[in-house]
Amino acid sequence: MNDEQKKPDPSTLEKKAAALALNFFYGQKQALKNINLPIYDRKVTALIGPSGCGKSTFLRCFNRMHDLYPGTRYEGQIRLYPDDVNLLDKAVDPIEVRMRLSMVFQKPNPFPKSIFENVAYGLRIRGEKRRSVLMDKVEEALKNAALWNEVKDRLDELATTLSGGQQQRLCIARSLASEPELLLFDEPTSALDPIATASIEELIHQLREKITILIVTHNMQQAARVSDFTAYMYLGDLIEFGWTDDVFFRPKEKQTEDYITGRFG
Amino acid sequence: MSVSEGLRATITRAKRNDLIFVGLGIAALLFAASTFVALFLDMVGDGMSRLNPGFFTEFASRRAERAGILAAWVGTFAVMIVTALVAVPIGVASGIYLEEYAPKNKMTALIEININNLAGVPSIVYGLLALGLFVHTFGLGASVQTAGLTLALLILPVVIVATREAIRAVPGSIREAAYALGATRWQMVSDHVLPYSMPGILTGVIIGLSRAIGETAPIVTIGAVTFIAFLPPAPVTSSPPFLNFDWLSSPFTAMPIQIFNWTSRPEEAFQANASAAALVLVVMTLLMNAIAIWLRYRLRRNLNW
Repeated sequence: MNDEQKKPDPSTLEKKAAALALNFFYGQKQALKNINLPIYDRKVTALIGPSGCGKSTFLRCFNRMHDLYPGTRYEGQIRLYPDDVNLLDKAVDPIEVRMRLSMVFQKPNPFPKSIFENVAYGLRIRGEKRRSVLMDKVEEALKNAALWNEVKDRLDELATTLSGGQQQRLCIARSLASEPELLLFDEPTSALDPIATASIEELIHQLREKITILIVTHNMQQAARVSDFTAYMYLGDLIEFGWTDDVFFRPKEKQTEDYITGRFG
Repeated sequence: MSVSEGLRATITRAKRNDLIFVGLGIAALLFAASTFVALFLDMVGDGMSRLNPGFFTEFASRRAERAGILAAWVGTFAVMIVTALVAVPIGVASGIYLEEYAPKNKMTALIEININNLAGVPSIVYGLLALGLFVHTFGLGASVQTAGLTLALLILPVVIVATREAIRAVPGSIREAAYALGATRWQMVSDHVLPYSMPGILTGVIIGLSRAIGETAPIVTIGAVTFIAFLPPAPVTSSPPFLNFDWLSSPFTAMPIQIFNWTSRPEEAFQANASAAALVLVVMTLLMNAIAIWLRYRLRRNLNW
């Protein structure tokens, strides 16, 4: 991605979502401070920063996961385009938000059900009952998650019998099956071995043709490998955001440079 | 490359303490197990001669050699059905509510403490409650339904606690996975938490029922009869509407009461009957526990997170 032609002025790109003056609180503790961040359509945006910097907290604002726990509070907006709706609006149902945005978690968390039922679950709770439709969508999702060839003959087997890397790709397939508008990855490879990690990264590469991706990672090399844009966060502040190679090779902020070069963090 | 003699001595001493504990542990275990085995063998020795098919198909009688436990085991069986039908839905629903829905505040904490206390209330107290409430206030009589309701109350805390433990064992990551796909709380509970915690819940239910099956005090308190020569009416009939609920309000006797009754007779022959009936009761309880273990093993095989 060092090719300068591939890096137009970001302002000419179409936005899929944007955080606007976003603050977030766990009780009295402010975890996110005035975050303004655009998420560009069909690009991979990586969130990096040391532990506790708020990158996962930020990601979990997008699908309103914080609503599940008492004592949390949002201020500001996360707008989703093109319909320009504020996802954090009290009038917007978090269930609806979660149906539009999918999330893949740190540790693979397949349901202890069959491979088929795992992928079909999102469709089932959307009321899809027709077996043929479910079958088609499950197949498509598994193909998109590069898992189809490994599991096509054992769709009725328990998902928990798969290897860690396969389980994570299954979770990605589960997220893709309902055709989300934005895919959120929360350190998706932190529990995986290097080979499985490579397969997930390869998958993210393929997926970005079709879907906008926001990925939290504490592995800087991973951010450099998979993302188009990188946001560096520290203690709840967004320090720097830009094209990934700009952030990595020409950081504007001293703090970013120190983190990237391994002087702290 | 030298180890001091002092260190060696310390290791030897530490290992000896280890062995001493193993010895004590095995002794304690043997004491508990051999007590049970001795009781069981004694029961078998006294009662085995009475265990013939007729013992299960005859009513109680004044003549020991003709007396059987038909009314007792049918009564116990009917009461257990009522107990399970009442305790399982209420207990499981309470457990789910407390674990997944209830806000974590002082009120919930108070309820939780009281449920744990209820599990320790002597069973005779439940009998007194049932006598006042079910028999006198509601006029349900000394019937199968009264006994079933009473024992359901008795095992409710066991079912609630077992349900909560089982639900708590479902990892939070599974809950978040379901929520992240857009599941409502009830979809999350009914599609995931409940099926995955079923082995634990069933185990708790069976352990609760195996406690209820041997309870004597509350059943005596509500006034179960000690001698009865007829069975509750059958629940299924040959003519429409085919279902008959009269068995619920029928008088009954139960295994522990039959055993107690025979034990208190002076004749030697009735003691043998008591031993035989006790043997049947113990085997029933052991069978229920065996089912619980088997279910847990079968259903948990799939759940390796």
